[in-house]
Amino acid sequence: MCAMRHEPVHEPGPGGQGPAQAATRLGGEGWKAVLTPEEVRRALTRIAHEILERTHGGEGIVLLGIPTRGVYLARRLATRIGEFEGTPAPVGSLDVTLHRDDLRLRPARALQRTQVPSDGVDGKTVVLVDDVLFSGRTIRAALDALNDLGRPRAVQLAVLVDRGHRELPIRADYVGKNLPTAHREKVRVQLAEIDGEDSVLLGEGDK
Amino acid sequence: MNRHLISAGDLSRDDAILILDTAEELARVEGRAIRKLPTLRGLTVVNLFYEDSTRTRTSFEAAAKRLSADVINFSAKGSSVAKGESLKDTALTLEAMGADAVVIRHPASGAPRRLTDWVSGRVVNAGDGTHEHPTQALLDAFTIRQRLARGTDRHGQGLDGIRVTIVGDVLHSRVARSNVLLLATLGAQVTLVAPPTLMPHAVETWPCRASFDLDAELGKSDVMMMLRVQQERMTAAYFPTVREYRRRYGLDASRMALLPEHAIVMHPGPMNRGVEIAAEVADSDRSTIVAQVANGVTVRMAVLYLMLGGATEEAV
Repeated sequence: MCAMRHEPVHEPGPGGQGPAQAATRLGGEGWKAVLTPEEVRRALTRIAHEILERTHGGEGIVLLGIPTRGVYLARRLATRIGEFEGTPAPVGSLDVTLHRDDLRLRPARALQRTQVPSDGVDGKTVVLVDDVLFSGRTIRAALDALNDLGRPRAVQLAVLVDRGHRELPIRADYVGKNLPTAHREKVRVQLAEIDGEDSVLLGEGDK
Repeated sequence: MNRHLISAGDLSRDDAILILDTAEELARVEGRAIRKLPTLRGLTVVNLFYEDSTRTRTSFEAAAKRLSADVINFSAKGSSVAKGESLKDTALTLEAMGADAVVIRHPASGAPRRLTDWVSGRVVNAGDGTHEHPTQALLDAFTIRQRLARGTDRHGQGLDGIRVTIVGDVLHSRVARSNVLLLATLGAQVTLVAPPTLMPHAVETWPCRASFDLDAELGKSDVMMMLRVQQERMTAAYFPTVREYRRRYGLDASRMALLPEHAIVMHPGPMNRGVEIAAEVADSDRSTIVAQVANGVTVRMAVLYLMLGGATEEAV
């Protein structure tokens, strides 16, 4: 029973451990920037516009970020929607740890905060926000977690990066960047709020 | 953290804070329409109770069920234990039934530790003799942090500098023992107050102060934790009369008035109203007794999740 923080590196398979933290700094060895801060900003602006378009001006939407980095992305999208429409979108967070299907494959993980806006999710259009879409298993867990919170009218998915290799019939409604990757490669999203700078990095996998 | 939870002393500060933080998140599930989580689906938790304890057993049962574990209640009364089965044979039976965790309450100190030799599942001590009751200490620490922690975000915080006074039958109290160990680990300053006859001999080796004078401690306590006078363990004359005990060590309204304004009053239950705690104190705003019961379920959920929710060592 030991704590394991949500790993920001989206790597293949549950068995592998994250790379040495020192090497993951921006521009560190073995990591290549695929999105610059400017491109991250533009991608989020575009997604915010697309959400407004698809939901007829953000009618009844609730943005729920999946910890850790999805929460910051959801907050940024909410702020942008507020700038475009005058009223910021309700935003919250949805921890999926207790609904994951791979809990038994790693030591027990620390839980992150679930915080739903006071109006709840019943009858709302919930937009789930995550940094990287990979196997789709996190999103499956999120759909289950959401099911316990109420009954949204519809659920949509926004991700900053879609790196492919889905293992479940799940797709994103809004994608910042489609990033073709090899299965063993690693994708790391860094955000100014916790990493000091915005970027998306692609790293060589082991061996 | 360790494979089993036998003693509060086995928990490091990080382990203890992780349990409290996890419980903090699980407490938020309480407010939802659906309070059940699928996390421990398919796992079996056995409540093995050799002493009557409706409170603790139902608390563990509720915790396991909210995490979707299957719960088997095995009480000594009316079972093979009443027919003379030994703890070892009972353990082997549970083992054969595939218990992933055994929650044990036993009148003999050390029984849970012994049980770990015989079962492959996790063992959680739910009170053994006069030894320990670690989940009670965890829920007490959780309640203290909830009520007294500074700032809005309690995450990651210990109980540094909080002054906790534990009053009563310390000698027989597993709750006191576990609390002293855990609260000290979390940085609290613990003082034990008891009549000389109910103070353990080696108390100077414990990470706390000891005193025989309750009135001297009132003004410098952030938390008053009153222990039950355990009439069933009072086999010798530890104090002259109940009235005498109440006069020296009972918490009544006039003593409560001398506590600092923010101080809280705790009791692990069940209470003897009018003995160690007066009814008007137990029912006052400062009393956390009902909150402690609710917190018991979430803290036990956190313990079960952290012990059973992840990989077993073999799989890592």
